[in-house]
Amino acid sequence: MAISKEQVNYTANLARIELTEDELNILSRHLDDIIKFIDKLKDIDIKEVAPCSHVIPIRNVFREDKAHKSLDVKDALQNAPAKENNFFKVPKVIE
Amino acid sequence: MNEFQLTAGEIKKEDTGRERLTSSLLERINAVEDKIKAYVIKPAPAASAKKNSGLLGAIPVSIKDNICVKDEATTCASKILGGFKPPYDAEVISRLKESGAILWGKTNMDEFAFGSSTENSFYGATSNPHNLNYVPGGSSGGSAAAVAADETIISIGSDTGGSIRQPASFCGVVGLKPTYGRVSRYGLIAFASSLDQIGPITKNVEDSALTLNVISGYDPKDSTSADIAKPDFIKALGKDIKGLKAGLPKEYFTSGIDPQVKKSLDEAISVLKAKGVEFIPISLPHTEYAVAVYYIIATAEASSNLARFDGVQYGYRQINKEGIIGMYRATRGNGFGQEAKRRVILGTYVLSSGYYDAYYLRALKVRTLIKKDFDDAFKEIDCVITPTSPTAAFRKGEKIENPLSMYLSDIYTISANLAGIPAISIPCGFTKEGLPVGLQILARPFDEETLFKTAFSYEQATNWRKVKPKL
Repeated sequence: MAISKEQVNYTANLARIELTEDELNILSRHLDDIIKFIDKLKDIDIKEVAPCSHVIPIRNVFREDKAHKSLDVKDALQNAPAKENNFFKVPKVIE
Repeated sequence: MNEFQLTAGEIKKEDTGRERLTSSLLERINAVEDKIKAYVIKPAPAASAKKNSGLLGAIPVSIKDNICVKDEATTCASKILGGFKPPYDAEVISRLKESGAILWGKTNMDEFAFGSSTENSFYGATSNPHNLNYVPGGSSGGSAAAVAADETIISIGSDTGGSIRQPASFCGVVGLKPTYGRVSRYGLIAFASSLDQIGPITKNVEDSALTLNVISGYDPKDSTSADIAKPDFIKALGKDIKGLKAGLPKEYFTSGIDPQVKKSLDEAISVLKAKGVEFIPISLPHTEYAVAVYYIIATAEASSNLARFDGVQYGYRQINKEGIIGMYRATRGNGFGQEAKRRVILGTYVLSSGYYDAYYLRALKVRTLIKKDFDDAFKEIDCVITPTSPTAAFRKGEKIENPLSMYLSDIYTISANLAGIPAISIPCGFTKEGLPVGLQILARPFDEETLFKTAFSYEQATNWRKVKPKL
């Protein structure tokens, strides 16, 4: 086994995804297949190779420090399932 | 000839069919859409021409449903974005509107562009217009099917690992993935930000060049947008391809290729040889690792990009008794489909403590080697020619229970995204079952002109584009 059911369950929790028992079983089987497949990368010698983070030569992009028009608060909140005043509303975070 | 069959080039040149164009397309949609299901949101009958001037004046253009259109539902074919209406236009939408195009509905896709068959949609699967029992490819399957079935003139898709080219190949139309940085992604709902690129799906090569003229160009709102000169891509059409050097990578012509696809490719190569193209055998030695590299990098980036769908800012929310973490878990567990959950969890795993170096960092290094394969090859040649997909379209349901087999169907398209280079798929034949086969051309970064002149020359010498599905 390349990945155990317990590892899948742990990772699903890190990703904040609730799974049913059935989903966990099927997903564990699929992920095991996929991880066995991607393990083929372990055959390549990469000691001298630099990682590729961008395919085109780009650097950090800055803009001028000038105020410009952006989204209104009303527009930014228009899709929120719950809001109050100018804020997104979520269940209580601190007990 | 019905108006709905026209290309944008024909409509512009002849200045015909404009009055009846939208009504003709709506009649066509009424007649065939129940079978194809190309649209998540069908074009509104009121959608009509604003102006005939402009590069795409009064031309209907449908949009893949992962591109934001202000105040119009944008679902990404996911339950989790139910009810979401973007407060702004994507840059490509602003440019299309500026060009006079008519926005012609939102097309179906695999949820969040995760898939190669358009079966992973919350709104149901799309069918291949050439045979309704077969998939249209994916993830831009709705766009390719809408173009092939003449339900739109042009469609805009997105391509992260082949999501424009593979469905274009399966549906017998033209699909272009421009160079990374050529088209702004501002307003494209991100899947894998180092790979995603927006491009056109069209009935012919001329419309592809015309559409790229409209949607490409520097945009300060996308920090990966390339600030470089933009040629008039239409001018590449008709240019001589005599003496062009095309590479044939041996790794793409192995036992994995369907014999009927191989035969179509061999015939296409003969056509291009007659036009003066010189074919040179080449090697892209790291090709066999491309799918593995892709499914690490793409899922890692997806797990990060999809973190924003948490029940706070958009659409769907599910509350339970377990506070805010419970809300995140329930919202994402119920709001994402199976493939989205699989990819986000895989991406989280390859980035997680203890696995980052073994998977993610290693994949970035092998990506360097894959890109170097192309850099080296392009020292000797002008373009690479391959099949777009190892097979023609597969049957619905055939690969859905086996995700790895679905992932492997992207084997010929993924490398272009990893290397950031442009690539086009054009029709080059049919199997004996009547399913289209696609030819892929790849070129150096920002050399879409070589793609267009080669594809146009081949297209003009053949008649594949005239074979319409029997609907």
